[in-house]
Amino acid sequence: MIDLLNYIWSGIIIISVLCSIFLGNGDLLSKAMIDSGASAVSLLMTMAGILCLWSGIMKIASESGFTTLLARAFSPLLRPLFPRLDKNSEAFRCITMNVTSNLLGLGSTATPFGLKAMKELYKLGGESDTATNEMVIFVVMNTASLQLLPSTLGALRQSYGSDAPFEIIVPVWISSACALFVALTIACVFNCRSNQGEALKCRL
Amino acid sequence: MSLVMPVFACIIVIYGLFSRTAVFDAFLAGAREGLQTLLTIAPTITGLVFAVELLKASGAAEMICAAVEPAASLLGFPKEIVPMALLRPVSGSGSGALLISLFEDCGTDSFAGRVASVLAGSSETTFYATAMYFGCVNVKNIRHTLFAALAADFAALVASVITVRLFFY
Repeated sequence: MIDLLNYIWSGIIIISVLCSIFLGNGDLLSKAMIDSGASAVSLLMTMAGILCLWSGIMKIASESGFTTLLARAFSPLLRPLFPRLDKNSEAFRCITMNVTSNLLGLGSTATPFGLKAMKELYKLGGESDTATNEMVIFVVMNTASLQLLPSTLGALRQSYGSDAPFEIIVPVWISSACALFVALTIACVFNCRSNQGEALKCRL
Repeated sequence: MSLVMPVFACIIVIYGLFSRTAVFDAFLAGAREGLQTLLTIAPTITGLVFAVELLKASGAAEMICAAVEPAASLLGFPKEIVPMALLRPVSGSGSGALLISLFEDCGTDSFAGRVASVLAGSSETTFYATAMYFGCVNVKNIRHTLFAALAADFAALVASVITVRLFFY
């Protein structure tokens, strides 16, 4: 994926410089180049405080077992998506912890659980280089953003002068739910058609 | 709505106290991780803000927006969000940098600002997550994962325009 970003990043710079030469606004471009360093630093400063604060609070959530408690509450909702997995398996436990951490906005906790879940699914799938149905469902869930409280987004909106930084929270939930629904529907339909091993039942 | 964040933080702290966790110690450990995250993303942010500023100053961003405007307005999308929507599945910090510049240009509470906020909150860096998760287990054939994930990103885009219209206008 870094490869892709290599091309996009270079592409943006080349297009910008060519465009600027063509339009003859070189002075604006060199000013932007100098200013960009300062805007990057001020953006990082804006994010620094809120990032530390929420990482700290979320650490309390994971160390006190709050996350595990929530994970137990969510696990019945996740069961139907992984009918072939044993509900006491390490794979399923990692999946619920990953989803719960994502819901709480605990990115740095979610990722290790997610990687562990993939490794477990890989073992269960006989270490084949083809993705199993469960892997597809799991990764697709991770590419749809599930977050109860978009704290960084709210903080950004606030620092850029929003009157109501969290007014967008309900639209964000609805929009995430739509994305997740589309993702899971497509994944399930294809999974059913592929008929991998014991058929994966679609129950949404 | 303004109480959501403080109340949520409070619930976690109270739960921590009841489960006899050293809450402040845990907080400090987490905040340190937060700083490390910040340091990790600092070079990426610097590089991408640089690229985005160049794109805007050169007039190229305007040209891209103008080019897609007919399609965007036909679907009722604000044209300003198009660059961000395109970059969103590829790079989180890149689309973050575009979100900031959109906030500066249009304001957070404008139509484009709200749609961009909802989109940022409801979609993920699809390519990055897919590459990371399949990369760690050496799975080459990812079957329909990318198709389903990109369809979800598009659904998020459509849904953000619709929900913002329904809720605010």
